[in-house]
Amino acid sequence: MNTEATETLTVVVEREIPFPPEKIWRALTQPHLIEEWLMKSDFKPAVDHRFSFRADWGAVDCQVMAIEPNKTLSYTWAAHGLDSVVTWTLMPAGTGTLLRMEQSGFRPDQKQAFHGARFGWQKFLASLEQTLAKVD
Amino acid sequence: MPNAHDALFRTLADPTRRALFERLCREGEQTVGALTAQSGVSQPAVSKHLGVLRQAGLVRDRHEGRQTHYSAQLGALAPLIDWTSQMAGFWQSRFDHLEDLLKRMDQ
Repeated sequence: MNTEATETLTVVVEREIPFPPEKIWRALTQPHLIEEWLMKSDFKPAVDHRFSFRADWGAVDCQVMAIEPNKTLSYTWAAHGLDSVVTWTLMPAGTGTLLRMEQSGFRPDQKQAFHGARFGWQKFLASLEQTLAKVD
Repeated sequence: MPNAHDALFRTLADPTRRALFERLCREGEQTVGALTAQSGVSQPAVSKHLGVLRQAGLVRDRHEGRQTHYSAQLGALAPLIDWTSQMAGFWQSRFDHLEDLLKRMDQ
């Protein structure tokens, strides 16, 4: 396993959706709609707004980082001790939209760039990964 | 997302327990006596921590004569290390729900 200093854990999901960006934007930003496809939340489209997503398995603590209506939205996403940032990008594609979700988790050395790191898990996991790499 | 995460995090949240587990990862199988000698806590306390680690699947015990040997079960950490594929699956299913919702929504 790679434990390079600049490494992040990144998940990207991208999909062409046959609806215009404006409509998708509503589903991404209006709590009564967010609840229908993601989770219950007290989201507000305002930078720095703190909110959470709630589900039967627990809660995700978030804060809005950037917002550009109908184009991009990003918020921090802290759950199960792993801190990450979720960024949504909407790009017009024909009559529809290319919707992209990127989630990046932070390594311990990047922790300073990220407030609210409540646990030392990243450090712990990094040291475990080093141990596991030796075992392999 | 799974409760397996919660159980693992809870188990490893205790610093003494985490130190015991890390030591087993690093140094391989150990007896309770050897673990106690370097842990700074009593043998009953070490045994109790090992019991919690065993319940979480993080260690395995092996009896040999009057001694119990413990070893780390690295496979139990897979749910943590496999974060990216878990999240990818989570978001794929959310995209499905989002598309369903968009079909139902008014323009």
